[in-house]
Amino acid sequence: MTIAYDELCRRTRERDRSLREKVMSLEEAAALVPDGASVGIGGSTLSRTPMAMIWALIRAGRKNLFCCRSITSSEGELLFASGASSHILTSWFSQGIVWGVSRVMRLYTETGRARFEEWSHMAVGLRFRSGAMGVPFLPMRSMMGSDLIGRLPDTRQIDCPFTGEKLVLVPALNPDVALIHVQRCDAYGNAQIDGLPFMDIDLAIAANRVILTTERIVSNDQIRRSPDHTKIPFLAVDAVVEVPFGSAPHECYGLYEPLYKHLDFYAAQIRQDPDQGCKDYLERYFYEPKSWTEYLGLLGLDELLEASRCGRSIYDD
Amino acid sequence: MTTNGAACTASELLAVISARLLRDGQVVFAGVGIPLLAATLAQRLHAPDLTILFEGGVIGAFIEPGKLPPSTNEQRCTRRANMVLGSTEVLLLLQRGYVDVGFMGGAQIDQYGNLNSSFIGEPGRPITRLPGTGGGNDIASLTQMIVAMKHEKRRFVNRVDFVTSPGFLSGGDSRHAAGLIAGGMFRVVTDLGVFGFEEGAKRMKLLALHPGVASDQVQENTGFELLMDADLPVTDPPTENELAVLRHLDPDRLYTA
Repeated sequence: MTIAYDELCRRTRERDRSLREKVMSLEEAAALVPDGASVGIGGSTLSRTPMAMIWALIRAGRKNLFCCRSITSSEGELLFASGASSHILTSWFSQGIVWGVSRVMRLYTETGRARFEEWSHMAVGLRFRSGAMGVPFLPMRSMMGSDLIGRLPDTRQIDCPFTGEKLVLVPALNPDVALIHVQRCDAYGNAQIDGLPFMDIDLAIAANRVILTTERIVSNDQIRRSPDHTKIPFLAVDAVVEVPFGSAPHECYGLYEPLYKHLDFYAAQIRQDPDQGCKDYLERYFYEPKSWTEYLGLLGLDELLEASRCGRSIYDD
Repeated sequence: MTTNGAACTASELLAVISARLLRDGQVVFAGVGIPLLAATLAQRLHAPDLTILFEGGVIGAFIEPGKLPPSTNEQRCTRRANMVLGSTEVLLLLQRGYVDVGFMGGAQIDQYGNLNSSFIGEPGRPITRLPGTGGGNDIASLTQMIVAMKHEKRRFVNRVDFVTSPGFLSGGDSRHAAGLIAGGMFRVVTDLGVFGFEEGAKRMKLLALHPGVASDQVQENTGFELLMDADLPVTDPPTENELAVLRHLDPDRLYTA
C-alpha cells in the first residue's frame, strides 16, 4: 500500500530532524516499534543484519510486524518462530545455500502459518528507491512473463508512453521503521558504512523512522573529518544504539565474519525438528540471556574471536 | 563419474564444462554455488580478464581459494574486487546492458529454459517452498543465460511448476512479446551434456554429450522430448589441470549441484 505524498511529507515534517543526540538502549529503541509496524531490515543475507535490534523486538514480544528485506536468512526464521512476524517481503529466503533449504521457512510457509512474499531482488531495491525518491512507483524491465508477477497484485504493467515498450511498475515502499546496523556513527546518527552498502541508503531515506545500531559510537568531529564516508545522514535517523557484535552470528564487514560453527549448530538444531528446534533456540539465545553481552557470551568467546580475526583479515594485503 | 580423462564428481564436471563456455573479456553476473565456482575457475584458467559481478554489490570479484562465501553478499566476495556498490546499482547494470552473460543454477527447468526456484507443486499449496528468485529473475530477464544443473527427470520437466526466471516462456517469440526485449537462454550444462535452444520454436536441443553418455540415456532422464542431431559431438573430459585448480578453489567441496 503506497502512502499518499502529502501524508508521507507530513510524517517526515513531524520528525525532529535537528542535529541532536539520540543515543538510547536496545530496549528503548524497541519501544519505538509498535505491534503491526512495517519494518525494513538492512543488510543482506548474513551481512550487517541488525540482529541485536531483532533480538530486542522479539524479547519485547512484538507481534504482526510486516518485514521487508533484500534477502532474508536465519533472522527471518526467528521472526516467524517467535510470532513477531508472519509476513516477510523479500527476494530470497533461506539460511544460506550451504545449509540447504531452511526447514523453518518451509514449515511456516508450506502450512500457511506465515507468508513469504517474493519479489525479484531488483524489484525490492527499486521499491525502496522509489520510496526514497518520494515518487509512487518506478518502472523496470524484469519480472515480466514470469509467474512472480501473477502473485503480486501491487504491480502494474504498462506500455511506455515514450517508446511503447512494455514495462512493469513497482510501488514505493516506505516502511514505518528501518533497522540498520553500521560499523560506526556519531550520537546524532551520521552513519558510516564499510564494504557492501546493499539497499541501506535507500531504505534509510524511504523509511518514516530509522533505528541505527552501531558497533561503535564515534565523535561528530571524527565524522566531519571524512564526510565522504557518511552514507546515512543524521536527519533521517531517530535512534542510535551502540551494540558491539550487533550482527552476530551474522557478519559485519571488516570486523567479523559469520560465526560459522554457531550457524552450523543452528542449522542442525532446526533440521531435526524445525518447530521445537527453533523455539528451543529462541529460549536459550533470545529469551534467557539478561543482556546482549550475556547473549554474546553464549555464542562463545572462541567463536567471536575467530570471526573477528577473519573479519579483520579483509584489510590484509 | 569416470571419464576418459580424470575421475571427477558430477558437480566438478558441471563446473569445468560450464567454465569453458565463458570467454576472456566478458562480463558475467554469477550466482552463488557452481556458477560462482565455475566463473572463478574460468578466471584462473583461460579467461584472466573475465569480470565477475555479484548481486551483493561487487564488480570484478576475485574469490580466494578455500574462502568461498555462503552467498554473494558477504565480505569474502569483495576481496581484490574493483568496486563495491549497492545491490540495486549492480542489478541495474544488467538492465542498462553492461552484462554479457548471466550464470546460475535452478531446481527445475523446462523445454523452453524457464527456471523454477520458488515452488515444487501447486504454489498455493506447495510440496516444497524453495528459497525463491533472489536476483535470478532479473538476471534471466535481462541478459544471455548459462544454467548449470544436475540432470534428473524430476528437474527436467515438460512444464515447470512455477516460472521464477523466464527462459523463452512458451517458445517462439513469446519472450519478446511479454516485454523481455534483451537476453534469453544460451546454454544449459548438466552432468550428461550441453544444451542450447533451437532458432524459431526455442525448444531445448542437445548439442553435445559428455564422454561415456549415450543420447537415449539423456532422453530417459528428461521429462520432455529433446531435440538432437543424429551425430553428436562429445565434450572433452575435464583435464587434470582443470580439476586441480577447481579443487584448490573449493577444497572442502562446499558447493554441489
